[in-house]
Amino acid sequence: MNLEFTPEEIEFRKEVRAFIEENYPKELVGTGTREDLSREQFLAWHKILGKKGWSVPAWPEKYGGTGWTSTQKYIWGEENARMDAIMPLPFGVSMVGPVIYTFGNEEQKAKHLPGIRSGDVWWCQGYSEPGAGSDLASVKTTAVRDGDHYVINGQKTWTTLAQHADWGFFLCRTDPNAKAQEGISFILVDMKTPGIEVRPIKLIDGTHEVNETWLTDVRVPVENLVGEENKGWTYAKFLLAHERSGIAGVARSKRGIERLRDIATQETVDGTPLIETPEFARKISQLEIDLTALEFTELRTLASEAAGKGPGPESSILKVKGTEVQQRLTELTLEAVNHYGAPYAYGMEATGNGAGIGPDYADFAAETYFNMRKTSIYGGSNEIQRNIITKMILGL
Amino acid sequence: MDFNFTEEQGMLRDSLAKMIRDQYDFESRRKVVASAEGWRKDMWMQFAELGLMMAPFSEEDGGLGGGPIDAMVVMEEFGKGLVVEPYVPSVVCGGGFIKRGTDAQKEEYLTGIMSGETIFAFAYAEPRGRYNLADLETTAKKDGEGFVINGHKAVVIGAPWATHLIVTARTSGDRRDKNGVTVFVVEKSAPGISTRDYPTVDGRRASEVYFENVAVGAEAVIGEVDNGLPLIELVSDEAIAALCAEACGAMKVAHEMTVEYSRQRKQFGTPIGKFQVLQHRMVDMFMEYEQSVSMTYMATLKLGDDEVTRKKAASAAKVRIGQGGRFVGQQSIQIHGGMGMTDELAVGHYFKRLTMIDSEFGNVDHHLKRYTELSAADVPAAAE
Repeated sequence: MNLEFTPEEIEFRKEVRAFIEENYPKELVGTGTREDLSREQFLAWHKILGKKGWSVPAWPEKYGGTGWTSTQKYIWGEENARMDAIMPLPFGVSMVGPVIYTFGNEEQKAKHLPGIRSGDVWWCQGYSEPGAGSDLASVKTTAVRDGDHYVINGQKTWTTLAQHADWGFFLCRTDPNAKAQEGISFILVDMKTPGIEVRPIKLIDGTHEVNETWLTDVRVPVENLVGEENKGWTYAKFLLAHERSGIAGVARSKRGIERLRDIATQETVDGTPLIETPEFARKISQLEIDLTALEFTELRTLASEAAGKGPGPESSILKVKGTEVQQRLTELTLEAVNHYGAPYAYGMEATGNGAGIGPDYADFAAETYFNMRKTSIYGGSNEIQRNIITKMILGL
Repeated sequence: MDFNFTEEQGMLRDSLAKMIRDQYDFESRRKVVASAEGWRKDMWMQFAELGLMMAPFSEEDGGLGGGPIDAMVVMEEFGKGLVVEPYVPSVVCGGGFIKRGTDAQKEEYLTGIMSGETIFAFAYAEPRGRYNLADLETTAKKDGEGFVINGHKAVVIGAPWATHLIVTARTSGDRRDKNGVTVFVVEKSAPGISTRDYPTVDGRRASEVYFENVAVGAEAVIGEVDNGLPLIELVSDEAIAALCAEACGAMKVAHEMTVEYSRQRKQFGTPIGKFQVLQHRMVDMFMEYEQSVSMTYMATLKLGDDEVTRKKAASAAKVRIGQGGRFVGQQSIQIHGGMGMTDELAVGHYFKRLTMIDSEFGNVDHHLKRYTELSAADVPAAAE
């Protein structure tokens, strides 16, 4: 056991830092914590990384991965968080990509992996349904074989950023008579196919981040089935474990704490910087300690992954603790800005009233706090994660 | 000891609840919040006709002879309906100051407050003052018989709708001195006052209010020159009690909605309300709500006590309501799952209001500190 970085790793950090500083789009600096970015803003950094060959570090090298060690990947995450970089979205890179290279056939790999790497193709996730949230295996959307096509009918929900999506991966029921988990298939769908309608869902912070996706007689070629028919649940679970391991967000939370410290230095209570008041100083310390515990838990998980174990049920710890830290961070940020949490930044833009009431750092403080309540709900709610640990680790 | 409401208070509650049910359903509120005005003047006038504005004032002031308990009843119902109209700024704060003013001031403003025609906002917060009511950079300099006000007041809730402002300003001393603070009443249209209006995250409207050489006469002073802080603290404690009542109303509805949702929502073939982990959490929410009601009653009943008792009670209530409101709000969203995150469902709007109540008139940390300091100073009395 050893916590020191090797000279090579220190050199690596210098290299990636220089690359990020030189290549990260200047116009995106400072926008990384916003929720209302355009398609171009979301993809800009992804495309630059795609050209450099760094957009999918975690993938096997033969599919375009960088071959970095887990420490290098950790450094990479930290350096990007330092810039508040808008990272490649997870739907292609961390979700469907690994499913395709692990379970897909050669045609699917050739067709889809390049677009995911380059950032040219935007993916969305068709998992949840109005009646299938925590109980994902109860999906009702059907895919019925008709010659060399599947005909898909149903309604998906919480399809994040589907308004921009070129392709989607959908869980569909292909055997209505099988038990819940058996009889689901994992199907890739071109979002331009007739019969797909994406309807916006407005969230409590005022953003349009998720959608309802309605599928009516959507004809999809059978070659878009990934792996075997009726085995989709296996792939879905594989994907969810991958999703969870990225969900800890350690580097980003570290950056968030730096930002919070900065705010708490500028805010004063009776002339004393907020950060020097015992109440608030302790809250930040507590958060840092929680984040450290999370960080070293993640590092241990990464080390065991590097030793050949895939992400297992331990990733549920990262999801629960990671989201708790993220939520607490936004809670303290809102607390720090006091009265100036109240102005509704999105509302002001909508009414043409301009942004920027109060100090700049107060913009979006409340909105982000509201928005981050989603993190303990999505990707398998934190209650579900505890169920997974109960079952898979405690054996109860 | 008596925790019962009077017959009049019961009737006030029932008729207000009915009015909100009939005319302030969630969809109507949504439209109003999104409109250019952001509130309904006609609704406000109906509230006035119902007697809400008169209820807490004494009969000699032309009111119905009620008091803080009447305001509590009103604000609990406002909390249940997420009513955005400015009862706390205008009636509790504006009325709270004016009824302690001169006869001439009462004469000039009280009738209007009670009829709903005169609408006050309370400009107390400042960009750098945080929750210290005496931390004022706004100044009022003596000029002949009157004063000239300069400064910037932050996040003045209800100011876009107000006809008048209560303004706190420094007339002498240093920035945070307890002495040297004076309260003024000014017309919002007075020369030199400009505002920047905006919506708030919880569906209300507020303004940044700028004073540039705003000249007021001696008759604009409420209470004593240089010794306004005790009055500001008193009215702020009354506002805290009213906000706590609003939070109780909001918590009650958020909790009820969550329990109902857990009955309807099925996963794994069973209503999620059957899962013990969620049952216990909803019980915790319920206990937070019940304790919040208790603290609100306690703080409201002690508003007329001596200064230390009153302040400690208001701080204690604000702390519990800040904590309870956060827990109930957050868990309402969590148990609703993704649906709780949508703008479409009312529950998220209750969560947002509960969140923002903590930052009005001092948050949990501020009041824990105030309570602690008051307790430390109060030791001899406690030892009696």
